[in-house]
Amino acid sequence: MDIFLQQIINGLVQGSIYALVALGYTMVYGIMGLINFAHGEVVMIGTLVTITVAGTLIKAGMPVALAGLAGIMAAVLVCMALGWALERVAYRPLRNAPRLTPLITAIGMSIVLQNVAMIVWGRNYLTFPSLLPKVNFEWAGAHFTAIQLIIVLVSAATMGGLLLLVYRTKLGMAMRATAQNPAVASLMGVNINRVIAAAFVIGSALGAVAGVMVGTYYEIAHYQMGFMLGLKAFTAAVLGGIGNLAGAMLGGILLGIIEALGAGYIGDLTGGFLGSHYQDIFAFVVLIVVLMFKPSGLFGEKTGDRA
Amino acid sequence: MKFEHFFRSTVGIGLTAVLLLALPFIAALGGQAWVRILDFAILYVFLALGLNIVVGLAGLLDLGYIAFYAVGAYTWALLASPHFGLHWPIWAILPLGAGLACFAGVVLGSPTLKLRGDYLAIVTLGFGEIVRIFMNNLNAPVNITNGPQGITLIDPVSFGAFKFSGTTQIFGFALSGPQKYYFLLVALAILVIIINIRLQNSRIGRAWQAIREDEIAAKAIGINTRNLKLLAFAMGASFGGVAGGIFSAMQGFVSPESFSLIESIMILAMVVLGGMGHIPGVILGAVLLTVLPEVLRYGVGPVQMAIFGKMLVDPESLRMLIFGLALVLVMRFKPAGLWPSPERKRELTEAKP
Amino acid sequence: MQAKLSVVALSVAAVFTLSACGQKEEPKPAAAPAPAAKPEVVVKLGHVAPMTGPQAHLGKDNENGAVLAVEELNAKGLEIGGATVKFQLINEDDGADPKQGAIVAQKLVDAKVNGVIGHLNSGTTIPASKLYADAGIPQISGSATNPKYTQQGFATAFRVMANDVQQGKSLGDFAVKQGIKTVAIVDDRTAYGQGLADEFRKAAEGSGIKVVATEYTNDKATDFKAILTKIKSTKAELVFFGGMDAQGGPMAKQMKELGIKAKFLGGDGICTPEFMKLGGEATEGQFCSLPGMPLEKLAKGPEFKEKFTKKFGAEIQLYAPYVYDAVMVMADSMKRADSVDPAKFLPAIGKTKYDGVTATIEFDAQGDLKGGAISIYQYKGGKLEYVETLGGSPVETAKAEVKEAVAEVKDAAKAVAGAATAVGKEAVGEVKEAAKDAVKAGAEAVKSAADATKASVEKK
Repeated sequence: MDIFLQQIINGLVQGSIYALVALGYTMVYGIMGLINFAHGEVVMIGTLVTITVAGTLIKAGMPVALAGLAGIMAAVLVCMALGWALERVAYRPLRNAPRLTPLITAIGMSIVLQNVAMIVWGRNYLTFPSLLPKVNFEWAGAHFTAIQLIIVLVSAATMGGLLLLVYRTKLGMAMRATAQNPAVASLMGVNINRVIAAAFVIGSALGAVAGVMVGTYYEIAHYQMGFMLGLKAFTAAVLGGIGNLAGAMLGGILLGIIEALGAGYIGDLTGGFLGSHYQDIFAFVVLIVVLMFKPSGLFGEKTGDRA
Repeated sequence: MKFEHFFRSTVGIGLTAVLLLALPFIAALGGQAWVRILDFAILYVFLALGLNIVVGLAGLLDLGYIAFYAVGAYTWALLASPHFGLHWPIWAILPLGAGLACFAGVVLGSPTLKLRGDYLAIVTLGFGEIVRIFMNNLNAPVNITNGPQGITLIDPVSFGAFKFSGTTQIFGFALSGPQKYYFLLVALAILVIIINIRLQNSRIGRAWQAIREDEIAAKAIGINTRNLKLLAFAMGASFGGVAGGIFSAMQGFVSPESFSLIESIMILAMVVLGGMGHIPGVILGAVLLTVLPEVLRYGVGPVQMAIFGKMLVDPESLRMLIFGLALVLVMRFKPAGLWPSPERKRELTEAKP
Repeated sequence: MQAKLSVVALSVAAVFTLSACGQKEEPKPAAAPAPAAKPEVVVKLGHVAPMTGPQAHLGKDNENGAVLAVEELNAKGLEIGGATVKFQLINEDDGADPKQGAIVAQKLVDAKVNGVIGHLNSGTTIPASKLYADAGIPQISGSATNPKYTQQGFATAFRVMANDVQQGKSLGDFAVKQGIKTVAIVDDRTAYGQGLADEFRKAAEGSGIKVVATEYTNDKATDFKAILTKIKSTKAELVFFGGMDAQGGPMAKQMKELGIKAKFLGGDGICTPEFMKLGGEATEGQFCSLPGMPLEKLAKGPEFKEKFTKKFGAEIQLYAPYVYDAVMVMADSMKRADSVDPAKFLPAIGKTKYDGVTATIEFDAQGDLKGGAISIYQYKGGKLEYVETLGGSPVETAKAEVKEAVAEVKDAAKAVAGAATAVGKEAVGEVKEAAKDAVKAGAEAVKSAADATKASVEKK
């Protein structure tokens, strides 16, 4: 039982990170129907910026907590700027282009960002400074750390904040209107460009927060870390029903737990035939099965063709 | 339009043929590496045309296309290598590889028929990864694919005693291995192009385009969308299977790392960058995206030296950076691709800004 | 046609030269020996490793090793066949992708290189080796550990690194020696990790160790908690990891976080400064292995380390010393054959007996490192500490043992001498007693150490 509990905790933490990254995908998708493949790279930039800023400040003698905070602020600001620039430079000119065009642009941007990061931060794996004291808890035989707790709490709080923003503010209303029908929304006086830019900026800020959390959790960073993470998060977003905020969160957490339980129990369930090397398959198989029965994800609305 | 007429005229065909025949010898002046690059370019033309059926004609966004390529490659590798001690001839393996890939296409296609657009993209992506992961892990409990170690010493393509590896003398010409593969690939590519053109202008092709433009309307006018979608997957997959077989034979070694997601994405990029649904465009895209990184490999260093007098940035890091930028810029200024089909171009220019 | 071809080839080569020169700021041999009237031959060596992609950090390290070797050779001014030889390194990037590996290999074949150092990954080395074999170009890899590389029957394929079979077996033997009863095996599903883990499993199971869990991850993963939790439930005494530092470091860390007390053991992939950096405190007390003898134990080792860090301002990541040796073996073979023509010096490579930085290098009939000694290390206080050497040619091990034994004798003798002086100085009764004991113990130590020396010399 303690093993089961431990696996749930493992999955929950991993899932919270997926969820936070998935929100970035889903926000952009919900409003403009674009898979922003470069979002994983934004997360990576967030982590690396924090390493540079916090690392330098700590070396300069600043208290760790303060330096960490400065690092996070810097990461969020840099990523917001990056998100804004991505939208302005790469995606806005393509708004009326064929559907796959922005997808290729996104892939191109992803390659560009990775290589820029490689030139700036080098090819080596980097260690993330430990910003939080290492406190271990034990509960019912399961181990967890303060960092894990904070990750879950921060992502829950961020999601709550985002929901408030989308459903309780004017900007949120404008976003929902744009998602429904951009043309009508603009007739109602919504500045579409600003709304879309806002979605990118907010999504990127969330990405930066996710990046910092990935960094503090694993204490490792690399210029290629964004790709896999982005892919998983995107899967999570689709699982929950892409375009749906709550769906992205639940999809993320679900994916994390599926992965943990899959790795933990797939071997026993199949009598040792399949092992944890099929961990990734497990996630995809669940996704395929879900989509077979609910073609627009667990929480996705039954929309018409979005071609 | 003019280009198309040119290619259909006798003179055009003649000139193209001469050019195609001469190309490997011209490339060889720069070294056999260039011939090999050409080989890969044509192999990707092949793959891109196969994917074009699925994405360009039928409008189904497939991000796991490499899986079919992998199936073809592994079919060849398993049936023509010391791994199982089998050495089947090409005329048995290549169709079998295509058939297996086709079957895989149907297997993938059937559960995903209901899905649209980006949901389909992620499921196909997942499928591609599933195939790769299986290839990577099927060395236990029974060793089928030899896992991550890959399969070595794969037989080259051969017709009877005529082997495609190594240099042979024909009519006084010395033909190197890559050059022989070039001619084989060109022959196959021409076949694929003809099939593609025939398909595009057939009932099936038009039905696919109808599905691409509006699936519900297509259904309403009596098109069997389910079967046609499956057919698109199956056709595209078979081309991938054939390409995989040749790849396997050409390399002499396969391992799962050749079939990663990034390859699928690259092939998709070729199709879109060139001009989706337009055969000359797709060919252009495939050739460009294969050759560009290699040209940069040769060019980035010396150019930097010439401009700045020293290396500012590693040529290796800059190479991919420029490649990424090129993707972004082409899409920015040519949203429909470098060489879109005339209809598509018209649609775009007519669309309101 | 033929003449024209060679002109083009030359100009292409010239472009290469340019790009290769540009890569490093100072490729010119430091103070080349007076050229005088001696003819100069340029010997082109190709070097291939991934400079882009996830293994780029190792690729750069390999390249540095090769650059260092070539510069030294040029500074020395080797004379072969009556001409001064100038080595020129052509660096290529294969992105760890088999397809690019083949293209790059063809490029080097076109450039008519005299020899190839590399590639880094087995996945690119194997397809490329066929091209080199067809062209008759000798290839020495400093890091491709897949046994298949040399098993293909190519006369041109060599490696100066123990292969996975050799290393996995030694690691298994080590686990047995440590008295381990149960082990969990994790591999990263790469050719390297899986090969190593499989061989380790064979050796471990053969000696009666029970494998209680077999788990897998991949070479891009950062989270291992799920599989580690499962391993925890099996209460394994040892976790063996077949894979690289970028996963091994975080894995060791997460083991600690989950409260797993098992020891952690891995191959050369986790015997790196990176592993320690990424694993932090969790690496303390963990074991890893490196092929060959430890740098400190070999005559040229520390010197190499110093040169390397001084030149590149970076620590050795992993394979740089092996790549360095690969270049040196190539040059040594040319010298012995007195020719830079691949056809002529290729047979000489097989007969190599070169006292390298990593080991005394000799090849078996396949082109594998003969004997292939494996040294085990332990992370202690943020440093890699040498534990023991397993396998390897008896001569090699014996030599090291003698050296060690001699050192022990010396130490013991020193201790005895120290104690004796203490006795002399202090005549107080109790101290005297104690000191006497110390002297006795010291003398015994000297004796036993001398015995050990004798034994190992006899063994030799």
